[in-house]
Amino acid sequence: MDFLQIVLYLVLLLLLAVPLGRYMARVFNGDRTFLDPVLKPLEGLIYRLAGVNTGREMNWREYAATLLVFNFLGMVAVYLIQRLQGVLPFNPQHFSAVPPDLAFNTAASFMTNTNWQAYGGESTMSYFTQMAALTVQNFLSAATGIAVVVALTRGLARRSAKTIGNFWQDLTRSILWVLLPLSLVFALVLVSQGVIQNLSPYLTVTTLEGGRQTLAMGPVASQEAIKLLGTNGGGFFNANSAHPFENPTPLTNLLEMLAILVIPAALTVTFGHMVGNRRQGLAILAAMLLLFVLAVGVVYGSERYGNPTLRTLGVSGPTAMEGKEVRFGIASSSLFATVTTAASCGAVNAMHDSLTPLGGLIPMLQIMLGEVVFGGVGSGLYGMLVFVILTVFIVGLMVGRTPEYLGKKIETREMKMATLAVLIPAATILLGSGLAAATRAGTASILNPGPHGLSEILYAFASGAGNNGSAFAGLNANTPFYNIALGLAMLIGRFGVILPVLAIAGSMAAKKAVPPGPGTFQTTSLLFTGLLAAVVLIVGALTFFPALALGPVVEQLLMLAGRAF
Amino acid sequence: MPQEANISSRLAGSRGSFNRALIIPAIKDVFVKLDPRVQLRNPVMFVVEIGALLTTIFTLRDIAVGGRTMVALNIQLAAWLWITVLFANFAEALAEGRGKAQAETLRRTRSETTAKKLVNGRVQQIPASQLRKEDIVLVEAGDIIPGDGEVIEGIASVDESAVTGESAPVIRESGGDRSAVTGGTRVLSDWIKVRITANPGETFLDRMINLVEGARRQKTPNEIALTILLIGLTIVFLLAVATLEPFALYSGAPVPVPVLIALLVCLIPTTIGGLLSAIGIAGMDRLLKRNVLAMSGRAVEAAGDVDVLLLDKTGTITLGNRMATAFIPAPGVTGEQLADAAQLASLADETPEGRSIVVLAKNKFQLRERDLGSLKASFVPFSAHTRMSGVDLEGRQIRKGAADAIETYVREQGGSLPAEVRDTVAKVAREGGTPLVVAEGARVLGVVYLKDVIKGGIKERFAELRRMGIKTVMITGDNPLTAAAIAAEAGVDDFLAEATPETKLKLIRDYQAKGHLVAMTGDGTNDAPALAQADVGVAMNSGTQAAKEAGNMVDLDSNPTKLIEVVEIGKQLLMTRGSLTTFSIANDVAKYFAIIPALFSVTYPELGALNIMRLATPQSAILSAVIFNALIIIALVPLALRGVAYRPIGADAILRRNLVIYGLGGLVAPFIGIKLIDMLLVALKLA
Repeated sequence: MDFLQIVLYLVLLLLLAVPLGRYMARVFNGDRTFLDPVLKPLEGLIYRLAGVNTGREMNWREYAATLLVFNFLGMVAVYLIQRLQGVLPFNPQHFSAVPPDLAFNTAASFMTNTNWQAYGGESTMSYFTQMAALTVQNFLSAATGIAVVVALTRGLARRSAKTIGNFWQDLTRSILWVLLPLSLVFALVLVSQGVIQNLSPYLTVTTLEGGRQTLAMGPVASQEAIKLLGTNGGGFFNANSAHPFENPTPLTNLLEMLAILVIPAALTVTFGHMVGNRRQGLAILAAMLLLFVLAVGVVYGSERYGNPTLRTLGVSGPTAMEGKEVRFGIASSSLFATVTTAASCGAVNAMHDSLTPLGGLIPMLQIMLGEVVFGGVGSGLYGMLVFVILTVFIVGLMVGRTPEYLGKKIETREMKMATLAVLIPAATILLGSGLAAATRAGTASILNPGPHGLSEILYAFASGAGNNGSAFAGLNANTPFYNIALGLAMLIGRFGVILPVLAIAGSMAAKKAVPPGPGTFQTTSLLFTGLLAAVVLIVGALTFFPALALGPVVEQLLMLAGRAF
Repeated sequence: MPQEANISSRLAGSRGSFNRALIIPAIKDVFVKLDPRVQLRNPVMFVVEIGALLTTIFTLRDIAVGGRTMVALNIQLAAWLWITVLFANFAEALAEGRGKAQAETLRRTRSETTAKKLVNGRVQQIPASQLRKEDIVLVEAGDIIPGDGEVIEGIASVDESAVTGESAPVIRESGGDRSAVTGGTRVLSDWIKVRITANPGETFLDRMINLVEGARRQKTPNEIALTILLIGLTIVFLLAVATLEPFALYSGAPVPVPVLIALLVCLIPTTIGGLLSAIGIAGMDRLLKRNVLAMSGRAVEAAGDVDVLLLDKTGTITLGNRMATAFIPAPGVTGEQLADAAQLASLADETPEGRSIVVLAKNKFQLRERDLGSLKASFVPFSAHTRMSGVDLEGRQIRKGAADAIETYVREQGGSLPAEVRDTVAKVAREGGTPLVVAEGARVLGVVYLKDVIKGGIKERFAELRRMGIKTVMITGDNPLTAAAIAAEAGVDDFLAEATPETKLKLIRDYQAKGHLVAMTGDGTNDAPALAQADVGVAMNSGTQAAKEAGNMVDLDSNPTKLIEVVEIGKQLLMTRGSLTTFSIANDVAKYFAIIPALFSVTYPELGALNIMRLATPQSAILSAVIFNALIIIALVPLALRGVAYRPIGADAILRRNLVIYGLGGLVAPFIGIKLIDMLLVALKLA
């Protein structure tokens, strides 16, 4: 049954991804789509109101500068709304201003598509903040990711070109043609399944035992939809997708998991269409799928096997159920954990802190690999394309030619940028965690001693720099140290990749393409798929092995020896 | 002297990588290269050197303080880290050694020359080093030509073995494509006046010295890109190891600095980092071995990427000369009659075509050669005016020539060209041959079929190139009909007929615009623009100075098919880099499994589960990994110098092969190597 559930999920995912990918290719190539009659006038109106000129394309520097300014302003807006929420409307619980460090952290978090939440939603944020600041950024950050990958795709597809597209147009079209329609449909489905959508004050109800309980309310469904589709992951409630109002039924659980990966998976199809060779996209999709299946397998196996000490004590079933929603069980929780960390989503339906060490290692490793196993909306594919460039370079040399991808030579500039794109997030994770492990401010927040505490720190910085946003919990992250350190990690992890990626887009666009011949290294073969997956794994594993050895690896070995933390 | 400077004979003596004469000077260089300013050129090895230095300082401090615990290990670690640097230096020094030895002999040739400078018609003896551009010198039999130049007067046979290694003398004369002379070569007979075209220090010999010596070796584009990747990896590992300390402190298991350095050195890509420059130098060297001088490493690298090859028909695809292959008689004439007349007309014709007619007549009709003198014949040589040659004897007047020339001739005699002969002429031309019409008086006897003879084995060579992914294009001055026939017979992919320097240049530009990399060979001054435009331009050493200046390689043997070998060497160069990079990275897996459990064996004995090699002690584990890391550099030096073998079996097959050897091999080899070293260390009680 469990196995079937995982297979069913993957089949559904691919069935949805292919048509969506094809549709997105039409959207970004500027071809006609069935939504044009409604959206075209709206698009034109938006450009007129915003006063932007979309007639002229941008070179990579202009594209990057526009993107940076736009995102910076978005972050400032989120910060200000949080600070002023006490005097703003839609605040039935009368929450006061969010403290500056937390507001900074949250603003960075939602602008970078991380959605790390150092706060509990139902006890901190007003409805206005949730809707006007957070949900809006859920759309904008996801659209930014799509825009970057579309720009990179154009850079790879074009020949001897100076420009890579228009940021305003890519951003607007991602929202209007992709994110909004999908969210609208998905939110309605969620409401039909019982996800709440209201602006009422919290309810106080009497439980069956006669106790009194406060039920948090709010416009959940609308935020839930984009939280997943945009791989944002910031839950309306603290319990995120383990909360019955966010994820009420097995059907919503399945749909939510599909929603997380559908756009990242579909973008590989879009990529194939836009570069004029669908198999190029499929090869990347296959590599992602391969890594994903490996990850699910390990998490599921480890959770299934559970903790032998608990088993002998007889306090729980044979498997590791602690920290999991009993409604979902092992398979579904393992799958959700893998899905959410594969994509840089970070929505959770189980407590990752309670996963077995090995089961928790995989989500962490997936983030450390650079969020490229499907990955975040847009960011997953552009991250993977950076690995494609690395793979082509290392492996391509072995066929005796200057490495090339899609007929374009990989030269010094691309290598410089690709190396930076891998190095910057890795450095952020390692240096951040190192700083936290070495300082009082860092270690004071740890709730669990020993290697598990180290895992918690590593996970936090990986989650921040990888723009995932899920947490190992078990770490009190709402302190000035972590709010600022993680906020910075998110910003560096986001733009430290986006800028090199756009630079690659620019330099690749300017190149000529060599037609493929028998001496060309094929990037559509199964061999390439395997190599790409291997390079992703090896680079990630080599970078983080020492740190992981002292965290989850040793913890798993200790657990098997009968010690727990 | 020139005999000693002969490159190929020198190379014949130093085929093996471990020639004693090269090893000893290399060992000296090994220590010179410890200078951090030299190491800075190679960031990976620079990090190792700093690591070795730090380990040494820590060890000395420990000894001074009187600490006992780790000293034995630290001394060995420091020693092996220094050895790692020395091994990498040795690889580079050895690769440079061969070139340096050659440069030395070449330099001796140059410095001892005196020049006979002509000033107002009078000879002045000055040292060659004082010659300047535009000076005129006289070179007589026995003299060494004092500098590069153009022959402006005279003709001489020149021994060019000093630069080419080819002992057969060549003719150099004023005007035309044989006017270039190279400084350092020797005039054997006659005399020439030479206008010097290069200042001292800029001559071909100087450039050659610089090249073989590697003095001005600049990193090639791909080398730079790879270095960036290696720097990136080094930084990643530097971070991984540096942040291990806070994690270790948090875990209550502090790691001594020398051990961290050992871990770092094991992880950073020292194998490829240590061998990278040796690979590049060895690539240039392999070219030199085949008597090709590359003006830059960049050109060698580009050769590996070439996917269009422009080849001159004459001399490359076909033997230089046409050969008679058939006699096709006119109606009413027997084959023997035609052959007899053709033979008589060709007896005095010393051109290869003429001789081939005599040979064919003998082979086909057993017609023996006759003595023209005894026949009282008078030879009519070919003239540009009549465009015919022939013989007059005993009232017979035999002529041979192109169809239109003979037609004019027989008309004058009152005859005409029969329609059948006209058809034969057209047919021969269509098949790629040259029809030579033979007439006696007013009567046309028939046609001699002169054919371009395709070189033996060339078709297979082109098939091989096709499998390498390289398209061959034949360049010829022939008409399209003839060109198409020869192209089909030789098996080239495409051809350019009626080629002029302009159409050649345009063809190259067209291919480049489509993203192709083009290689071509050339020797004439009119080839210079195309040679300069091509991504890889190989100039024949027998060619003009202009051609040699324009190309980025010079083939000292002047053998146009050598381009194929040049391409292979370029590919080998890139493959060797890729393979050793993959090997280097794959090695790290085993090193982690050796070192990480050893680092934390006290705090977390459970991590011993990762010690899958079952290494004896933590000390022996760390030391074994470091020793393996050093030894693998020296073990791979021969491979780096020789290059990974290239076979034209298509990209995917090559990739699979190299992945198995260097990827999988790189994963497995260190597990075995480290275990063996560990066993040895234990046996020797070193750890």
